[in-house]
Amino acid sequence: MKINNVILRTVTKLAVFIILTLAVYLFFAGHNSPGGGFIAGLALSAAFVLLLLVTDIETIKKGIPLDFKKVAAFGAFLAVGTGFGAFVFDVPFLTQSFGNFVVPFFGEIELSTVTIFEAGVSFAVVGVVITIILSISEDV
Amino acid sequence: MNNIIVLPMALPIMLGIILIFLRPYIKTQRVLTVLGLLVTIGISIYMLQWIQTDGIIRLDFGGWEPPFGILFVADSFAVILVTAASIVTLICLIYAFSSIGEKIEYMYFYSFVNFLLAGVNGSFLTGDIFNLYVNFEIMLLASYVLIVLGGKRMQLRESLKYVVINIISSWFFLVAIAYLYAQLGTLNMAHISVLISESGQTPLLTVTSLVFLIVFALKSGLLLYFWLPGSYSAPPTAVAALFGGLLTKVGIYVMIRVFTLIFYHEPQITHTIIGILAGLTLIMGSIGAIAYKDIRQIVAYNVIIAVGFILVGLAVMTQEALEGAVYYLMHDMVAKSLLFLLAGTMITVTGEKRLDNMSGLIRNYPVFGWMFFIVMLSLAGVPPLSGFIGKVLVGQGAVEAGSYILLALGFISSIFVLYSLLRVFLNSFWGETIISFDDEVPMKKGWMVSFGLFTALMFTFGLGAEYFAPFVADAANTLLNPQIYIDAVLE
Amino acid sequence: METLMIILTGVLVTIATYLVLSKSVIRVILGTAVYSHATHLLIITMGGLKKGNVPILGDDDVSTFVDPLPQALILTSIVISFAVTALVLVLAYRAYQTLGTDNMEELRGRKYE
Repeated sequence: MKINNVILRTVTKLAVFIILTLAVYLFFAGHNSPGGGFIAGLALSAAFVLLLLVTDIETIKKGIPLDFKKVAAFGAFLAVGTGFGAFVFDVPFLTQSFGNFVVPFFGEIELSTVTIFEAGVSFAVVGVVITIILSISEDV
Repeated sequence: MNNIIVLPMALPIMLGIILIFLRPYIKTQRVLTVLGLLVTIGISIYMLQWIQTDGIIRLDFGGWEPPFGILFVADSFAVILVTAASIVTLICLIYAFSSIGEKIEYMYFYSFVNFLLAGVNGSFLTGDIFNLYVNFEIMLLASYVLIVLGGKRMQLRESLKYVVINIISSWFFLVAIAYLYAQLGTLNMAHISVLISESGQTPLLTVTSLVFLIVFALKSGLLLYFWLPGSYSAPPTAVAALFGGLLTKVGIYVMIRVFTLIFYHEPQITHTIIGILAGLTLIMGSIGAIAYKDIRQIVAYNVIIAVGFILVGLAVMTQEALEGAVYYLMHDMVAKSLLFLLAGTMITVTGEKRLDNMSGLIRNYPVFGWMFFIVMLSLAGVPPLSGFIGKVLVGQGAVEAGSYILLALGFISSIFVLYSLLRVFLNSFWGETIISFDDEVPMKKGWMVSFGLFTALMFTFGLGAEYFAPFVADAANTLLNPQIYIDAVLE
Repeated sequence: METLMIILTGVLVTIATYLVLSKSVIRVILGTAVYSHATHLLIITMGGLKKGNVPILGDDDVSTFVDPLPQALILTSIVISFAVTALVLVLAYRAYQTLGTDNMEELRGRKYE
């Protein structure tokens, strides 16, 4: 199906970056204020879906050569894997810890092990959503 | 640190995820799955020994003390079932290696079996009622996929019904949790139990417990089994055996747990209803088992009879009856899986589903035939096989409690089990052989190994009942005295 | 406010039940989705509505705060119902392709197959 929609194409080029920035913001805003991995993942996949709307699947697959099933699996691996860290440090399963780090340019920020878990959740959500959309839309 | 408790759930999940990356390497997947299952079995046996010496062990996730955090609690009852479930999965997989076919293996079959086991083990071990819901969903999502793997017409048709029924029962589960939370403000099962015994089981709580009963009755096939025969005949044999051995048992486990730990104050309402439902299930299951000529239907109705029988043990609620229920649960996981495997193999080798159309199988496959005979005796409760102890103990409990109707129904249903399976045996194994020796399908080694292992397990449960007695007695004792569980959780 | 929410939940359940009982598979799936929304509303109402500030440590006064647990439960349950709904949609699509019908009556199936 050939889409010829100049306005949508032009807006998408800009909007995708705004959505991606929002996703990254939401991801780091999590933990202590509204946001988090799941929502960030949904926002990320919204950006991909927008791209899918204006171009076709082949172009996207060429541009982002990822097997999204594997992305989902990698996310789940990361999320469950953080739990297994507990075995190394001999604390109860899924225990979290956090620390404050000084990063140049950003100043002092708080990083916690939950961030890794949340990253896993984000990957899983993106992978699952895109897989579903691709598998439904493939043969229409 | 008690982190080991989480492994029966976390290990299969992790393994399932890793296997997704190893999609093209089916041999590696098989080896890893078997290794993972062996480790899981080893861990659960170790846990079982540990519980006998140190009492119930628990693990607070993330160090959040109960009643605030989620926790896993390992008592004898849970760990016995974890062990049995892992063993059954392993043996069903040995059958699957030589029967399921490369096409299905390639579609992440082993990952989903691992996820299914993780959900089952998680449901057994969790001590938090919302976490129980989550584990149920893990198990059900994996089962939704497994039931439809292969994509045959019948699978697609039956899986739609199975999925919709389970979504609705999960919805009821959430509603019940919401009602419970509104009244008590906690989700930790031990804490719920304490709060209920302080405030008394109000009529509202009893109604909530009945909503829970509907949920678990749908999941375990207690009277609300209308979905079961169809869905269990659709998937490939190895998957059907896994379902028959594990899925309804989780529903039964949860029902026993909830109605002994939480809602045990009004037995004249709740347990009477469970008793009536169990009796009706026994009657309807028996009628179903002798009414059909499709082997898969007969086997599925046998599952329903067993559900009724185990819950007679819960309805009666004495030490003996609960011990019997635990024994019978263990026995039934093994025996039903074997029965499903045997029935599926009969269909594979003859290409027929109706028992009229097969005959004389015993000439072609003598060992196979006698194994069917053994499992039939075991399900009917003939000593020294595994079904005997469970039946005797449940019967003894029913006599003590004076529920003679349930006792009679339970034992009459055994006769129906025997009759229904004997009919299959006589029709399809005796008589004129229909398969000539030239074109008989050879019985694969993997199949015979899995049948042999299951049969050996049935003999072990039957003859080694003395050895299992302390574990089972401890399980029943904990069920009957919820204070032991509560003390272990809340200290 | 709580009463209103409960009534709304009831309305949603009514709609969902109507949808689930219809013949078309897609309506049944939509019905289950509405069911899950109804429960989420029920859970949040059962936890008590707006009794204080957000339950996050910060500058606000945290002496009174709303119960955070129902929100956590709902988030979990949303994720689960999201996954289940997605799976059922794909399943229904495949079933429609293979069986050529989305009518539940025709999906009943014959006795022996």
